Amino acid sequence: MTTKELAGISVDVDAEGFLTDHKVWNLDLAAAIAKEEGIDPLTDRHVDVLNFMRKEFEENGTAPSIRKMNKLNVVPTKELYALFPGGPAKKAAKIAGLGKPQGCI
Amino acid sequence: MKKLLILGAGTAGTMMLNKMESVLDKEEWDITIVDQYETHYYQPGFLFIPFGIYNRRDVIKPKRDFFPPGVNVIFSKIDLIEADKNQVILDGGKVLPYDILLVATGTKINPGETDGMMEGGWHKNIFDFYTVEGAVALQQFLKYWEGGKMVLNIVEMPIKCPVAPLEFVFLADWWFTEQGIRDKVEIEFVTPLPGAFTKPKASKVFGEFLNKKGVSLTPEFSAGRVDWENNKLVSWDETSIDYDLLVTIPTNMGDDLIARSGLGDELNFIPTDKFTLQSQANDNIFVIGDATNLPSSKAGSVAHFQADILQDNLLSYIDGKPLKGKFDGHANCYIESGFGKGILIDFNYDTEPLPGKFPLPGVGPFSLLEETRMNHYGKMMFRWMYWNLLLKGAELPIESHMLMAGKRA
Repeated sequence: MTTKELAGISVDVDAEGFLTDHKVWNLDLAAAIAKEEGIDPLTDRHVDVLNFMRKEFEENGTAPSIRKMNKLNVVPTKELYALFPGGPAKKAAKIAGLGKPQGCI
Repeated sequence: MKKLLILGAGTAGTMMLNKMESVLDKEEWDITIVDQYETHYYQPGFLFIPFGIYNRRDVIKPKRDFFPPGVNVIFSKIDLIEADKNQVILDGGKVLPYDILLVATGTKINPGETDGMMEGGWHKNIFDFYTVEGAVALQQFLKYWEGGKMVLNIVEMPIKCPVAPLEFVFLADWWFTEQGIRDKVEIEFVTPLPGAFTKPKASKVFGEFLNKKGVSLTPEFSAGRVDWENNKLVSWDETSIDYDLLVTIPTNMGDDLIARSGLGDELNFIPTDKFTLQSQANDNIFVIGDATNLPSSKAGSVAHFQADILQDNLLSYIDGKPLKGKFDGHANCYIESGFGKGILIDFNYDTEPLPGKFPLPGVGPFSLLEETRMNHYGKMMFRWMYWNLLLKGAELPIESHMLMAGKRA
């Protein structure tokens, strides 16, 4: 675990840059992480997805899958890939301040 | 009479039927198992069919051969599980009440989830090998194929038997060599995972095997659709991969019954306690094998290790005691690597596959994370163990919980 300066505050992140405490998250932090991931600016559409992911995480303890967000009409899979290019499950979870998604088996 | 109802007579359901029949008091308990099909498939054998090593007859037996006497067997489709009423409705309306429900309805491939997959190319130059029909059709295709580019693609995780796709390309490399056309075949392994496998150490080892066998690896590719008219596999972000032959591992999903009954997640897998195997929503519903949403492999060996633990927990539940059995995610996989050799891996929720000897520390006879002839014999011998011991619920000489003894961290 290392400490890192993001959006003017210092936060703890793991080796891959995921926040270790999802409670410190806010939109400024999200924008800063997004920028590092090559997403700038963070649009309302991004924020909708991030908020949904955080709500699911609070309720179930895990981030929702891409399939679940598609099924619940949060965001169609195609659009999700356009919003978070190159691996939305991992990238969106990182920007949402959640841990790295559980790899499967 | 109290009623134990088991849904699904595949590997997990059949094992549990035998295990519970041997321990429950027949004066007190009535046991029923329901399945829509009368044929039991030895699914690990499907892998060998495309290469003509096995045929259909080598992987099938009647389910009835594995049911103990004195249990009720119903061959029927199931319409609905009504968890709030503790009953199951069969097609045709027959009602089966239960005190304990054990769901073992497994997982199956759903190629229809990917646009274009089941259109003009299906079973012409696009095949699965996770069904006996797909495996047999692929055997027929390969028999006359003169070469070109073969792409093996995993559409999305999780899938049943996560090592089978690797085994397929290892065997393909051997088989094309035997046919004298290896130089005319290009093999590409395309996966949504960051590497050849999920766990880092094994992923590295398998990555090296792919390389050694001349198979190219394309990681982090999320297949969105198949452009079958132009023989292209296209990702969600519009990268495309050309193929002449596409061997697909389609999206795996739990049975539609689970969705109809409102018991599943978005892939129709049932949210299940990863240690006790009790369903999260209903205390008297337990789930085993591929039907669960557990973060463990979907494989027969896993169902086998779960079965020992579930038997204990069901007995505790019946006695009104806390569920002490804790499944640790143990999986044990013989991986056929071609040219008469195999690799063995053994792991659980917390410990990734490590090198060493198995099952006897320092002795073996099997070697972990290494390619040996003995591992191949283990794989081929397993079919006999499956039919004669495993399905009947007999003890095997392997612990349910993973052991660290004999492993090098």
